[in-house]
Amino acid sequence: MTAMTAEWIEIGRLEDIPRAGARVVKTPAGCIAVFRTEDDRVYALNDRCPHKGGPLSQGIVHGTSVTCPLHNWVFDLASGVAQGADEGQVATYPVTVRDGVLLIAGARLPAAEE
Amino acid sequence: MTTKKKLVVIGAGMASGRLLETLLEAAPDAYDITLFGAEPRGNYNRIMLSPVLAGDKAYEDIVTHDAAWYAGKGIACRFGEAVTRIDRDAKTVTSAGGETPYDKLVIATGSAPFIIPVAGRDLPGVRAFRDLDDVEAMIEAAGQPGARAVVIGGGLLGLEAAAALRSRGMEVVVLHLMGHLMERQLDPAAGHLLRKELEGRGITVHTQAQTKAILGNESVEAVLLDDGTVYPADLVVMAVGIRPETRLAVDAGLEVERGILIDDQALTSDPDILAVGECVEHQRVCYGLVAPLYTMASVAAKTLLGETAAFRPLETATQLKVTGVNLYSAGDFADAEDREEIVLRDAASGIYKRLVLKENRIVGAVLYGEAADGPWFFDHIRNRTDISEMRETLIFGQSFQGGAPLDPMAAVAALPDEAEICGCNGVCKGRIVGAIREKGLTTLDEVRAHTKASASCGTCTGLVEQVMQATLGDAFTPQAVTPMCGCTPLGHDEVRRLIRAKELKSIPAVMQELEWRSSGGCAKCRPALNYYLVCDWPDEYADDYQSRFINERVHANIQKDGTYSVVPRMWGGMTSAKELRAIADVVDKFDIPAVKVTGGQRIDMLGIRKEDLPAVWEDLGKAGFVSGHAYAKGLRTVKTCVGSDWCRFGTQDSTGLGIAIEKFMWGSWTPAKVKMAVSGCPRNCAEATCKDVGVICVDSGFEIHFAGAAGLDIKGTEVLGHVATAEEALRHIAALVQMYREQGHYLERIYKWAKRIGLDEIRRQIMDDAGRRAAYYERFVFSQQFAQVDPWSERVSGKDKHEFNPLAILELEAAQ
Repeated sequence: MTAMTAEWIEIGRLEDIPRAGARVVKTPAGCIAVFRTEDDRVYALNDRCPHKGGPLSQGIVHGTSVTCPLHNWVFDLASGVAQGADEGQVATYPVTVRDGVLLIAGARLPAAEE
Repeated sequence: MTTKKKLVVIGAGMASGRLLETLLEAAPDAYDITLFGAEPRGNYNRIMLSPVLAGDKAYEDIVTHDAAWYAGKGIACRFGEAVTRIDRDAKTVTSAGGETPYDKLVIATGSAPFIIPVAGRDLPGVRAFRDLDDVEAMIEAAGQPGARAVVIGGGLLGLEAAAALRSRGMEVVVLHLMGHLMERQLDPAAGHLLRKELEGRGITVHTQAQTKAILGNESVEAVLLDDGTVYPADLVVMAVGIRPETRLAVDAGLEVERGILIDDQALTSDPDILAVGECVEHQRVCYGLVAPLYTMASVAAKTLLGETAAFRPLETATQLKVTGVNLYSAGDFADAEDREEIVLRDAASGIYKRLVLKENRIVGAVLYGEAADGPWFFDHIRNRTDISEMRETLIFGQSFQGGAPLDPMAAVAALPDEAEICGCNGVCKGRIVGAIREKGLTTLDEVRAHTKASASCGTCTGLVEQVMQATLGDAFTPQAVTPMCGCTPLGHDEVRRLIRAKELKSIPAVMQELEWRSSGGCAKCRPALNYYLVCDWPDEYADDYQSRFINERVHANIQKDGTYSVVPRMWGGMTSAKELRAIADVVDKFDIPAVKVTGGQRIDMLGIRKEDLPAVWEDLGKAGFVSGHAYAKGLRTVKTCVGSDWCRFGTQDSTGLGIAIEKFMWGSWTPAKVKMAVSGCPRNCAEATCKDVGVICVDSGFEIHFAGAAGLDIKGTEVLGHVATAEEALRHIAALVQMYREQGHYLERIYKWAKRIGLDEIRRQIMDDAGRRAAYYERFVFSQQFAQVDPWSERVSGKDKHEFNPLAILELEAAQ
């Protein structure tokens, strides 16, 4: 387990996430879904659909969008904004890859509710 | 006269050559220069080794700086003499010839090929693809009649080697670790086209190939993969990558990470030592392509002259140097947000173009089949051109800009009569127009029947319709096909037909050949395509789990709170004390909050955490349970009554038949879920007459029903027919389900499919046409041998581990 202090926190390696897939990072304030697109871009979003709380990490990833597994809302991975007629937005977090290592911006993570 | 300062350069490669050239041009007399090179020859254009290997060029053609050039510039050349040590205190380098002093030192040691650490890597016949010696060894190997080569690595270098060796007549296999070729430069669609091209040349391509060992006694004989495949080989070429050659720098105590660290001025951590080329690391990036290295070399030359210059990393462009392959990839596809894309596909000509845009600027481009506009796009990438003005036509390239937007109808109307519309059947416009006028054709099907236009591969369907529109005017009403999704104008039927006709065997292949409008599909088309491919190519297609809905991906049912439910299979709804006890134990052990009996005679355990699923399955597996597929677009349950075993009215062994059907058909994927039931008499306690497929046992045999529904729609079944034996019932049902599997649209239940196809047609094919029935049955049996693998036990054994564990668990530090 890693302490959340550093500017960039190591959360794994790029290849730990399947292409067009996602994995979950657990934090004290809830889960973050880390996505890897077919062409190896990575994004991190709050793992909760604003509609009914569905885990976005479990959705189908297509292009730079994900479709929520519960009721098929579609979100843009970069902005977290719901697509089409649905209205809503999911929080996004800076995430990057350096030398194959996935890093998430520690300072920007949500704080735990005490 | 002041003494000239001494410059020593270690490495006589391309970056060093460019540095010396720049330096001498600006200030011929600034330094006394000594040049060490490990290879016993001057500098040649290493990236042109592929054409030398292919026989398109000779070594002499690619030499850039030979010994005479260096000598003419007054450089002391020490070729073939390796530097073994740098003494930073004494400011000398040590080689076989003794010690050479320097004022300024440039390290340009380049990189060494990465040799994967497998057994047999030292065998004679295993080569890298790095220098002229390698090329000469490969040419010699290719000279042996019937010689076979295995190239490990499907990147730029590996593919150039493979194509060159193939052109020299060798049998060539390319092994690539990743899912598609050149994955760093290409997306899957372009990777698919490239693969097709190479396969067309007789090169075998094996992706997701993990090399286990290189086999051989005296010299290399074969390559063994993790999956057990063995490829015989007389030559093995390792082209899996390079690693910066940093040993001298490390020994000298310079700062080195992956490469020798340099700043923007190309200085290392020692201000008198510079480093350039593939041996360096600048801002965490190591470079392997020549363009940025040339820039870096020029910067280093300026630094040596005391001028200010700074190296700024640049986008790079890649072009595969294989004759006849037009491929261009430029810019940055990774690690950025707010991107959009423009995709153009032309399946008939094998063209694929994709531009990645960010804030109205092109940031990346992949071109396949027609790459002439590559440099033009690359220019826009580098200049950060705002493309909003030409966005609509950007993808068509440079020559298109400035012209009026094309009206497709006008373009078709303007085509001459001899213009070919359908390439497959060689049908020209005049023939289609003639047939429409003479025979009074008004529908696409009629045009297909009379002219064969668009009747084969179908990609010209749109064009044919435009010809009809232009000919018939308002009298033409295009087919009201509902497209599969926004990614394609094609309907499900058309897509399924084309998958078979064109033998498309992967999702990228379908998307390319059928000209998908998006690069990666959407959540509607991807699961559908995955199903169609699983159904049509059961033995060849590798199921793409990322294209499956979560329930099918993790083999459990997601619930509203993100937990899962698990339903083990109870064949025909029968269970036992042992099974019930095992379920009770699992419920206790994992603290499962809810247990429910389902409508399909199964037990559902609800509220299980995803992380617990494999452990739950392990315990259930020990009691003999397998997955009940309660989550699948596939065979769910066969519900039964107790039949002649117990019931005073039972006419046949309905329980036995239900179990037999379930054991025969479990694991099969279908367009939508399939629920069945077998009732032992017409009282129908198993409620077989509202199922997708039902059987009512009667004294004289078995009445087979189908196309019922008891969900959103309520509909009694239709009778398919009557058969005398349980064996026949099983065969008829399997044939019926196979027919549905082959024709159904994804997510279309049997009753909707039957309505679309017609009940009589289904009865005719399954009941009356014994030959057809047998063929369906055979295809079902064939596909089942690949489908009947219990997914739960696979996952207990470790498959898809990543699905069930978090990537990381972060904790707040105590102080915060």
